[in-house]
Amino acid sequence: MTLNDLNINLASVLPQLLVTGLGLLVLVLDLFLDKKSKAALGYVSIAGLLVILPIAFVTVSPEASFGKMVMADPFSAFFNVVFIIAALFSVLISMDYLKKVNVQRGEYYCIMLFATVGMMIMASAADLINLYVGLELMALSFYVLVAYRVDERRSVEGALKYFVLGALSSGVLLYGISYVYGFSGSTNLAQIARYAVNGAGGNPFLSLGIALIAIGFCFKIAAFPFHMWAPDAYEGAPTPVTAFLSVGSKAAAFAAFLRVFITAFSGVRPQWSGLIWTLSAATMVFGSVVAISQKNIVRMLAYSSIAHAGIIMIGLLTYDTAGASSVMYYLLVYAFMNMGAFTVVALFIRDGGAGESISDYKGLAARRPGIAFLMSLFLLALAGIPPTGGFTAKFFILASAIDAHYYWLAVIGVLATAISLFFYLKVIFYMYMKEPDDYQQPLPEADFTYNVALLAAAAGTLILGIYPAPFVDMAMEAIKPFFNFLAF
Amino acid sequence: MTELGNVAGFPILSLITFLPAAGALFIVFFLKKEWAGGIRWTALAVSVVEFVISLYLPFTFDASTPAFQWVEKAPWFERYGIHYLLGADGISLLLVLLTTFITIICILASWTDVKAKVKGYMALLLLVETGSLGVFLSLDLFLFYVFWEAVLIPMVFIIGIWGGNRRIYASVKFFIFTFVGSLFMLLGIMALYFYHGHMTGVYTFDATVLFENPLPPAIQYWIFIAFFLGFAVKVPMFPVHTWLPDAHTEAPTAGSIVLAAVLLKLGTYGFVRFSLPLLPNASMAFMPFIMGISLFAIVYGAFVTIAQKDMKKLVAYSSVSHMGFVMIGMFALNAEGLKGSILQMINHGISTGALFLMVGMIYERAHTRMIGDYGGLFKTLPVYGTFFLIVILSSMGLPVTNGFIGELFVILGVFKTNPLYVIPVVVGVLLGAVYLLRLFQRVFLGEFVYHGHEPLKDLGWRETVSALSLVVLIFWIGIRPGPVLRVMDASIDHLVKQVDTNSKKAALSGQELVAASDQGKLNVSAPGPAVPSTADGGAAGSVAGLEQSSGRGK
Repeated sequence: MTLNDLNINLASVLPQLLVTGLGLLVLVLDLFLDKKSKAALGYVSIAGLLVILPIAFVTVSPEASFGKMVMADPFSAFFNVVFIIAALFSVLISMDYLKKVNVQRGEYYCIMLFATVGMMIMASAADLINLYVGLELMALSFYVLVAYRVDERRSVEGALKYFVLGALSSGVLLYGISYVYGFSGSTNLAQIARYAVNGAGGNPFLSLGIALIAIGFCFKIAAFPFHMWAPDAYEGAPTPVTAFLSVGSKAAAFAAFLRVFITAFSGVRPQWSGLIWTLSAATMVFGSVVAISQKNIVRMLAYSSIAHAGIIMIGLLTYDTAGASSVMYYLLVYAFMNMGAFTVVALFIRDGGAGESISDYKGLAARRPGIAFLMSLFLLALAGIPPTGGFTAKFFILASAIDAHYYWLAVIGVLATAISLFFYLKVIFYMYMKEPDDYQQPLPEADFTYNVALLAAAAGTLILGIYPAPFVDMAMEAIKPFFNFLAF
Repeated sequence: MTELGNVAGFPILSLITFLPAAGALFIVFFLKKEWAGGIRWTALAVSVVEFVISLYLPFTFDASTPAFQWVEKAPWFERYGIHYLLGADGISLLLVLLTTFITIICILASWTDVKAKVKGYMALLLLVETGSLGVFLSLDLFLFYVFWEAVLIPMVFIIGIWGGNRRIYASVKFFIFTFVGSLFMLLGIMALYFYHGHMTGVYTFDATVLFENPLPPAIQYWIFIAFFLGFAVKVPMFPVHTWLPDAHTEAPTAGSIVLAAVLLKLGTYGFVRFSLPLLPNASMAFMPFIMGISLFAIVYGAFVTIAQKDMKKLVAYSSVSHMGFVMIGMFALNAEGLKGSILQMINHGISTGALFLMVGMIYERAHTRMIGDYGGLFKTLPVYGTFFLIVILSSMGLPVTNGFIGELFVILGVFKTNPLYVIPVVVGVLLGAVYLLRLFQRVFLGEFVYHGHEPLKDLGWRETVSALSLVVLIFWIGIRPGPVLRVMDASIDHLVKQVDTNSKKAALSGQELVAASDQGKLNVSAPGPAVPSTADGGAAGSVAGLEQSSGRGK
C-alpha cells in the first residue's frame, strides 16, 4: 500500500481537528485564569463551536480517507452537526451550573470537547478499530465528567457504575469486533460487507460477533437490559453532563449502529433483525413503565431517555432510507427537546438536592410562567404531541415501521408512548395545577445563558415540528449512499 | 365526484381557522393579566368577529354541489405527500358555524364565572376554537391529526386549572383516554397511507385522493378498528365514555359547553368524513356492532341519567344517550339516517350546550349542583325557568323544537335499515322525557326549596342574551329546518353514493392488491435496492426469518 493509497486527506477530518484544537486551546487558557473566571472558558468553547458548526456542515469528501479508516460523508456531517449542537447546549448551561454547585475547574470544558471529538470519530468511522477508538475517547471523557462533583456521593457512585459497566461493554464490543475480524479477515466495514453476504448467514462466529457488537452499542444507547448504569449515572452527574450524555452519547452510538449494521451487516440482516426487534420492544415498554414511578426528575428523564432509545431502534430495523433517515431526524429533534428539558432542570437544581424532586415543580407556572410554558413544550414534545418536533420524529419512525410491515412493533411503540404520557403529564400538572409547597422558597433566576439555551431549544423543537421537510430531506440524502453501496 | 370545487382566491378558511389563535396570541403578548375586563372584551370581540366572518360561508355556499368549497391547497411536506389542505362541504359548514357560535356563548358564560387567571383561560378557549375549526376543515389526514391533537392540550388545561375539586383526576382521565385513542387512529392513518401508496403508487395524505381509491375490504377492517378507537373515545361511545361524566362535571361551565357542543362532534365528524367514505366495506361490516353498542348506549345512558342527583352529571350522562342517537343514525347508512345524524350533532350542540349553560347559571348563584338543594324556583326565577323549560323540551325532541326534526330523521333512517332497532330508540326518547321532565319538575315546581349560598336573582342582560340566542336557534331549526337540511343535502346524497360505489370498487380491487403486495414493498423515497422483506412482520416473522436463514447457511 503506497502513501497515495492511504489517501491522507486532512480536510476530511477538519471538524474533528478543529474541535481537538479548541479543546487544547481551552486547556492552555485554563492555566492563565483564576478560579473565579473559569466561565470565560465556556464562552471560548461556545465561540469556537459556533465557528466549527458551519464547517462541520460542509465537510464532505466522497472518498474514504486515511487508509479507508474515515468516511467523511453527508451522514457523518449530519451527526457532527447534532453533536456540536448538543455540545453547545451543554456548555451553555454548564457555566452557571458549575458556579452553583461550586466545582469550577477549567478542564471540564476541554474534556467535554474531547468527548465531542470522540463522537465525531465514531460517526465518521469506516473501520471498526477507528470506531472503537472514538467510542473509547468519548467514554473515557464521560467517566471523568460524570464523576465531576467529587464531593457528592451520588456522583462518584454513578461514575463508578458507569465506568465498570462501560468498561465491560467496551470489552464486549471489542470481543465482537475480534470475532468479526476472524470471520472476514478485516475490520473495514466495506470488506466485512463483502463477506457477510447471504450465504454467510449460518456462520456462528459471525452471528456471535454481530450479537456482541450490538450489545456493545446497546450499552451506549442504554437499551434494556443494558441500561443499568443510566439512571444512576444520570442522577449523579452534573446536569449539563447528563444532558450531553443522554443526547450526544446516544446519537453517537446510533450513528455507529446505523453505519455498521447497514453497511457491514446488511447481507445477514435476518441474523440480527429478531434481536433488534426484541430489544426495541423491551426497551420501549421498560423505559416508559419504570419512569412512571420515579420521583426524581433526572431519573424520570433517564428512563424516558431509555424509552426513546427503544423507539429510535425501530428505525434501525425497517432497513430502508425512510427508517434510517427517521432515526437521524429523531436524534436531531431529541437534541433540541431533551436539551430544553434538561436546561430547565439544570436551572432549578440547587446545591444540596433542592429542585431535583418532581414535587419541587409544584406551582411553577404561577411563579415562573415563561419557563413553565417552555418546560411544558419540551415535555409535550418528548411525549410526541403535535405540532412539536417530537411528534414529527415519532411519526416518521412509526410510519417507517408500518411501511416495513412491523405492525406489532408500531402498536407497542404507540402503547409505550401512551404510557409515557403519565410521567410527562405529571410534571406539567404539577407546574400548572398544584400549589407550591412553599411560596417563600427562593427560585433561581434564569440568567442570559439559560434564556439563550431555552429559546434556542424551543425554536428548534417547534421549527422541526412545523417545517420538517428540509431536515428530513437532508437526512434522506445523507443515508441514501448506504443503500446504494449495497448494490455492488 | 370528490374533486375540489371552487378554489378560493382569498384564503377565507385559513382566516377563519387561525383568527382565534391570533386573538389568543394577542391576548397573551399584549394584554397584562391584571386587565381582566380588557381581556374579556378582547376575547368576546375576537369571537364575534370570527362568527361574523364565518357567516360569509353560508351566503357564498353553493348547495347544489357536494364538492369541497373554498379549497386551499399548498404542499407542506411533499416527500410524504402531506399538504396544507382545507375545504368545506355542507357537513363541515354546519359544524363550523356551530363552533364559531358556541364560542361566543362560552365566552359570555365565563364572564363572571371565571375570575382567576382570565388571561390564560380566554387564550386557551380561543385555541380550542382554532383546533376544532381545523379539524372540521382539514382534508389532509396528517393536518387533521395535528389539529385533532391541538384541541386536546388547551382543553386539558381548561379542565385541569379552572375545574372543580377533582379537576386533576378528570383532566388526566380525559387526556389519557383521548390521546391513547388518537394514537391508534394515527396508526390507522399511516396504514391507510401506505396501503394506498402500495396500491396506486401515489403516496398522499390528501383525503380527496384517498376517497377515490378505497382499499380492499380485508385491510379496511383493521384500519376501521384503529379509526374507531380514536373517534369512539371522543364521541364518546359505550364503553369508552367514562371520561365524559368526570370531565363535564369538573370542567368550568364554558368548558362543559364547548366539550359537549364542539369536542364530542369531532368524533362523530371523524366517522362521517373519513370512516364512512374511506372504509365503506368495513363500515357496513361493523354496522350491526356499532348500532348495537349505540342502542345500548341510548338506553343505558338514559337509565344512568335518571339516577343522577347532580344536575351537571345528569346532563353529562344524557350526552352519552344523545350521542347514541347520532351514531345510530349515521350507521343506518342511508340518507335519512345521515341527515338526522348530522342534524342531531348540531342539535345536541345547541341543546346540551344550552343545558350546561343553564346549570352553570344556577351554580354560579348557589354554588351547588345538587337537584335536592332546589325546588319550586319557577316563581322566583320566571325568566330562567322559561328558558330552562324550552331547552329541556328541545333536548327531549318536542315538535317545533330542533330536537324533533333530528330524532325524526334518525328514526326514519333506522327504520329503513331494521325496523326492530327502532324500539330501543323510542324507549330512549321516552326515557329522555322522563329524566328531563323530572329534572324540571324537581327544580322548578312544587314547594320552594333553596339551599344555596347567595340570594337568587333572575337572569341579567348578558345571560339573557346568550340564552335567548340559543332559544332562537332551537325554534328556528325546529320550525324551518329547510335551510339547514338544504345545506347538507347534496353532501349527504353524495356520501351515501360514495359509500355504495366505493364499497363495490373496494371489493373488486381486493385481488389486485394481493398481487401488488407479492411483488415486494415499495419505498417512500427513491427506491433502493430490493430489500429482503419480512412481509408478515412482527416478532414471529422476524424470528422465523432468522431461523430460516441460519438453517440455509448450514
